[in-house]
Amino acid sequence: MTTVFDPGAAAARATDAILGDTLRGSARGIVVDSPPGAGKSTLVVRAALELAAAGHPLMVIAQTNAQVDDLVVRLAEKDPELPVGRLHSNDSDPYDKVLDGLENVRKSAKAADLAGLDVVISTAAKWAHVKNVEPWGHAIVDEAYQMRSDALLAVAGLFERALFVGDPGQLDPFSIVGADQWAGLSYDPSASAVSTLLAHNPELPQHRLPVSWRLPASAAPLVSDAFYPYTPFRSGTDHGDRKLSFGVASDGSGPDRVLDEAAESGWGLLELPARHTPRTDPEAVRAVALVVRRLLDRGGVATSERAEDPVPVTADRVAVGTAHRDQAAAVRAALTELGVTGVAVDTANRLQGREFDVTVVLHPLSGRPDATAFHLETGRLCVLASRHRHACVVVCREGVADLLDEHPSTEPVQLGVTVKFPDGWEANHAVLAHLSERRVRWRP
Amino acid sequence: MSLITTLARLEAVDTGRAQPLATVRHRHLTDRPLVLVPLTTAGEAGAPLGALVGTDREAPRLLAVAQPRDRDLRFAFLAELAEAVLPHIEAYADVVEPAERNETDPATGKKTKVEVELCTDAAQLIVPSRAGVEFVRLLGRSMRFRRTAEDDPDTPYPAPARVPLLGRWLTHYGERARVPGSSLLPAVTDLLNRHWATGQSSLEDQHLGALLAWIDPPAGSSGAEAALRAELARDGEGQLLCPPAGPATDPDFDNRLLAPAIERYDRARTALASAEDGLAADARLGELSAAEREIRSLLARVMLPTWDAVWRGLDLLRELPEGSRAEDRWTRDRWSFTAHRDRVRSGEPPQPRRDDAVTAAQKLASRETAQAQLEAQEALDDPLVLAGRRLAGEAFLATVSEVEMAYTESKRPSPRPLVTVRTDERPHLGERTKVYRSLEGKPQTAEFVRYADGPPADDGEIPLVLRILDRMGRGKEPAPGSVPEPGERIAWTLFEHDQRGGPKLPDPEETPWTHGGPPGADAATRAERPDPVTPEDLL
Repeated sequence: MTTVFDPGAAAARATDAILGDTLRGSARGIVVDSPPGAGKSTLVVRAALELAAAGHPLMVIAQTNAQVDDLVVRLAEKDPELPVGRLHSNDSDPYDKVLDGLENVRKSAKAADLAGLDVVISTAAKWAHVKNVEPWGHAIVDEAYQMRSDALLAVAGLFERALFVGDPGQLDPFSIVGADQWAGLSYDPSASAVSTLLAHNPELPQHRLPVSWRLPASAAPLVSDAFYPYTPFRSGTDHGDRKLSFGVASDGSGPDRVLDEAAESGWGLLELPARHTPRTDPEAVRAVALVVRRLLDRGGVATSERAEDPVPVTADRVAVGTAHRDQAAAVRAALTELGVTGVAVDTANRLQGREFDVTVVLHPLSGRPDATAFHLETGRLCVLASRHRHACVVVCREGVADLLDEHPSTEPVQLGVTVKFPDGWEANHAVLAHLSERRVRWRP
Repeated sequence: MSLITTLARLEAVDTGRAQPLATVRHRHLTDRPLVLVPLTTAGEAGAPLGALVGTDREAPRLLAVAQPRDRDLRFAFLAELAEAVLPHIEAYADVVEPAERNETDPATGKKTKVEVELCTDAAQLIVPSRAGVEFVRLLGRSMRFRRTAEDDPDTPYPAPARVPLLGRWLTHYGERARVPGSSLLPAVTDLLNRHWATGQSSLEDQHLGALLAWIDPPAGSSGAEAALRAELARDGEGQLLCPPAGPATDPDFDNRLLAPAIERYDRARTALASAEDGLAADARLGELSAAEREIRSLLARVMLPTWDAVWRGLDLLRELPEGSRAEDRWTRDRWSFTAHRDRVRSGEPPQPRRDDAVTAAQKLASRETAQAQLEAQEALDDPLVLAGRRLAGEAFLATVSEVEMAYTESKRPSPRPLVTVRTDERPHLGERTKVYRSLEGKPQTAEFVRYADGPPADDGEIPLVLRILDRMGRGKEPAPGSVPEPGERIAWTLFEHDQRGGPKLPDPEETPWTHGGPPGADAATRAERPDPVTPEDLL
């Protein structure tokens, strides 16, 4: 007899185990690995509510102000009565104005003003300045794989035990100066907080969320195989649960054909002729903008388990992802020229943790003469390839496979550093091989 | 690589000469730098072969090791190096000026100003290449834990008296060289590459000879030809005309000239040891010193071209006027120099082999601050660097066309004037993006409000509205001169001019459990212990 995989039950079992360890376990730390869209934020909110309900005041450490505000809003949605403190910086406009409308959320730039509240939330950078307070019994560290080890060092004195939640497959934290001299040390300040934590406390319980609710059935196997080969996950939905369709038929152009391909299979590769270009390749940038424009013009509608009726794919449900900021700026300018507004255009670093119906990605290696470690980084491609609920269109110049073959990874091996699998080279090839079956060649 | 650097490199290829990347010199050069050209032995990590060292370009001091595997000769070399370097450093350590430093009183936690000494200048050490910096670091590492006979009478191979001290200083210089913008131990190739773009690969840019060939080619020759000659041309004996700038040597030199010479030296030494009477010993001593002289002259021959190249590079750099904020960074180098002097004088142990968690995090944070500061300062000092940032959309030049007064809506309204500026550049502005300009050397902040005529569609001049946020004084009306005036042409940057320091980290004794807890009680004593003697140390 074959057992049918029930994603809901599998996810619930994992969550129960995590909450059990958090509320009743004795370990000082618990690590939860979460693939893209596996309900990480939901878990953080639930853990915070249950800890607070059990009479344990806690602090929550997130990495960006947007993440902090988002968590505050989610907490208030779940439990409007819960007293929440939002610790913010002294800058002008330090938090989202939405928070002003929440009754039980107190906001302050001083930790002392928020003492005694059930939950106090802030960024790691702000927490690092909090001194001379009674340590919290519990903490939740969100996006812990994107937190640098030195940032954890600055805040770890504020709590006794903590739940660390994050996605190991996304972009590693980085430093703008070389940190090779500390490579291999267990407390390498440029490494991720989790790697330092586990190097010093290998006995801590580690959990994994097994189901991605965001990624469609067409994407989860590829992302799981390419980026999480040893910790596979499934999609929460099945083939046929989600559908993307267009009100206007294709006009036969490259962008329309690739959109049809992506609607059909979940992936589309719009391949431009091979060429070495500057980073802000005008043709590729324009192709990206055109795909977005056509997607909106053709009246895309998305059918999913979330709603009974098909929902129109509006600009705010679409994102464009790039590797560099100047590329994002160029795409923004091209979209403005085509009269498109409201589409999120950003780099992989800034799209982390966000979710859209359709994403259009400018391939990090498109048009490049070389493949540097930056462009090969596994996490970068993983972030770009795992933001979508329905479909992902990749725009790329021909010849990336050859480029990869000419540039095998040559990073020096550092003693004591855990080798990360898969390496970016292999992950890039895996994604490319899959995309090449969804290829639409186009000469603009 | 930024677009403007790519452009400069393309132009260099096109014109056959290196193109400037800067209009001012962004690193401080002292009047009397100490130049060190080191060589190392192939296949023997950390076995110095020789060095040219000195402050007078006409009179370098030649140090050589006739048999690099001989421990005694190696120590003799290091002792001689200490004799050449330490007096230079110490000459700077004694010339001080009074200065103030902020310190936190451990009892009250309050910040107070403390009177301290600051060295008026610091000793600058210059090496030819980045590999040279690495070698200085290696020398420092190999020397600072050595024990002298005075430290420990029973130590099996006591180091000459000043060698451990030299090791501590070189370690400090090597560590300081990792701080962006520091000039305590610069490599000439790095200095030249900062100021010129060549038409060769960045790997080839590490070759001092090829780099100079692009920047200052001989008359009648293009940079590319001259660089090729510098890399490949050999004399009748098969030796490179422009030997590597070290510390590595050319294998052909090692095999054809150096190895036979060392062999002759070894034979002469064995012969001297087996001499049976005084007369024979005298003759054999003569042979030994002849063999040693031969090695010295061989080494001098491959180091002198590099020595001259270093000074030529410095000449080229001195032709550029120093950037106004380079002095500020040099002052930080002086603080670092003074602090190390104080640590040595107060008898602190040598720098530990590895940083602890807190020290590592502190160093990383301060270097990141230094890097951001360096990038901002270079752009503010140099219109050409600023042009690169403008091209990347991180800065823009604009002419003020209109100023409209506005105020905050609080009980005590403060000025928040709206300034319309016109520019034909396309900075990456988003809603409320902060922009900065330099006002009497201090940054003034404004925020982007809107495009006055809607989002830019083509390449022409566009009007932008900015709101000035600070530096207008305390009154209701802005202080005179603090608000831009129509017609003024102003450079705005999207990056901050100053960097805020990071948060205070816990003391090492309070390292949290996530980072392994406080270092053990034995850590202090362990750090001081000398390196154990291994079989590789003995011949």
